[in-house]
Amino acid sequence: MTSAAVPALPAAPVDERLARSSPVIRFLIRPEFGALVGAAVVWGLFASQARSVWLSWSGTATYVETSALFGLTALAVALLMIGGEFDLSSGVMTGTTGMFAGLFAVHSGLHVGVALVLSLLIAAAIGVINGVMVVKSRLPSFIVTLGMFFALRGFNLWLTQQVTNQSQVTGVDTSSGYELGRRLFASELFHIGRTGFKVAILWFVMMALIGSLVLTRTKVGNWIYAVGGNRDAARMVGVPATGTKVGLFVTVAVCGWVHGMVVLFQTGRSNVIEGVGQEFYFIIAAVLGGCLLTGGFGSVVGAAFGCLILGMTNQGIPLANWDNNLYFLFLGVILLVAAFANEAIRRWASTASRPSQGKIAEVESEAEQLASTASAMVDRSGVAEDGAER
Amino acid sequence: MTEVASEPAGRDSRAAPLIELQRISKFFGGVIALQNVTTSVQAGEVTCVLGDNGAGKSTFIKILAGVHSHDDGHLLMEGHPVKFSSPREAKAAGIATVYQDLAMAPLMSIWRNFFLGSEPTTFLGAIDVRKAKRVAVEEMAKMGIDVRDPEQAVGTLSGGERQSVAIARAVYFGAKVLILDEPTAALGVKQSGVVLKYIVAARDRGLGVIFITHNPHHAYPVGDRFLILKRGTSLGNFAKSEISRDELTQLMAGGAELEALSHEIESVVRPA
Repeated sequence: MTSAAVPALPAAPVDERLARSSPVIRFLIRPEFGALVGAAVVWGLFASQARSVWLSWSGTATYVETSALFGLTALAVALLMIGGEFDLSSGVMTGTTGMFAGLFAVHSGLHVGVALVLSLLIAAAIGVINGVMVVKSRLPSFIVTLGMFFALRGFNLWLTQQVTNQSQVTGVDTSSGYELGRRLFASELFHIGRTGFKVAILWFVMMALIGSLVLTRTKVGNWIYAVGGNRDAARMVGVPATGTKVGLFVTVAVCGWVHGMVVLFQTGRSNVIEGVGQEFYFIIAAVLGGCLLTGGFGSVVGAAFGCLILGMTNQGIPLANWDNNLYFLFLGVILLVAAFANEAIRRWASTASRPSQGKIAEVESEAEQLASTASAMVDRSGVAEDGAER
Repeated sequence: MTEVASEPAGRDSRAAPLIELQRISKFFGGVIALQNVTTSVQAGEVTCVLGDNGAGKSTFIKILAGVHSHDDGHLLMEGHPVKFSSPREAKAAGIATVYQDLAMAPLMSIWRNFFLGSEPTTFLGAIDVRKAKRVAVEEMAKMGIDVRDPEQAVGTLSGGERQSVAIARAVYFGAKVLILDEPTAALGVKQSGVVLKYIVAARDRGLGVIFITHNPHHAYPVGDRFLILKRGTSLGNFAKSEISRDELTQLMAGGAELEALSHEIESVVRPA
């Protein structure tokens, strides 16, 4: 397998063409860094504007919970974006999965546990359909999932009106096995003083940890980077590109199901267009977290900080008694800042680095050496003609 | 082992060649992409495939790399007939292909690119990162490149160095045959020299190298065998002893055509 026994070329003593990057710079260009700083700044801002509420346990629980709810889907969207694709149907999945679980539990009379499993399977199937359509057609995922978004939105409204004569499914909280769903998705995890912290926070933290480990420490993670960074290259070296991409779409749909279940069991009813419009928040969170829109680069932990920024802003602006419309203005501005920063880092990382001034002489002498090697191999007139040809 | 009538008697047949193509053809609908192409690659030798744009070089590579399978003729690997239906199969058989543009994901680090598709795992698909980094640095050193930081993004390397990462990767993963798709096409004179050096290094480590190029001056010094393609057909399959560099250049450029071209250019240039 390895080639330990084969004679090797003598290693060049020191190759000055490779730039040395300091650990500080390497930390600064990590995709998480910008989001971490951003989250700290936003936290500080609202701590100064709404000190008493913001620093209290109940204030903390409120913004952490809001962030976690965004993150249930956004973390998977970040993985998908690193894999080079979008999912505009990720928002409507909240309402879709809630509707199916609700209909199965209330109108088909199934136990909530069964309704959970069936709605999970439907979510996974929608993910497979999205993924297969994108991979097989090679169309941009933007357009494919936009179609899925509208199709689901229309289907949900049509189906619930047929069954319930309104655009929501009520009565989930009185169906059999409701306690199971509530405990899994909407119970309180622990209390600090009189403030309860919701179980959704645990789901969010678990997803961030697992997602991050898979991305950075497993071969599947390596494949995700690769299908986003250079899909054809990945395929050529034997990465199952189709499977990786379809798997990512399924992950988004399944995480959308968790999101849908949390909303369903917190309210006890399903509003079938719940989540519509949130797909953009998920994308913003991923971009804030350092994920490139073009794929191949990003971080799940960064996206988790991105969710914190969204959640803190969402809760902080009303707590600070600012005009609510400032929320959108703020989101727009930080999205642009993050996108510009990401692009700058991408350019920096994908252009050949230049050696510093002091090393130019050394580099040139080495280039001379290489040239003589080349001309020794390419006999006499060959090189000159090649030069002309170029 | 296998009798090949059309093989020129340039080389004494010792063992079966690593790869042997016998009258290989490939059609896309009504288009003949490749017809009756015959050549071979021995271990520790370089076979150069020369041809202009549209000569069929890409089809040639893709048949060996498992992207397309041939429609007619025989493809033998160490004497056994094979037909690849996916790049994975070709790779498993020991054929590694280094594409000029498709070789790397630029934003991924050197070690991630080095092990892409063949990650060393411990359990549950977890990558042995420490081993991966160490091996990447060691193998690059064997190619004569000193990598200080295996976390460096491949996009920050020069074109020649990127080729060498791909070559080192192929050698490490036990490739018997290395196919290089126009590795010097986008490079300057000096960088091309660097890549030629890596080709020689791979050959000296016992690999059979297939070097695809349109430049006879790059091919002749490193090649042991030359296949010249033109519009999907073979203009000849020569051992080095059978052809001089001038003949190769002449054949590659298509002598008569070149003369016609220079007349044409003169007639354009003169009136102005």
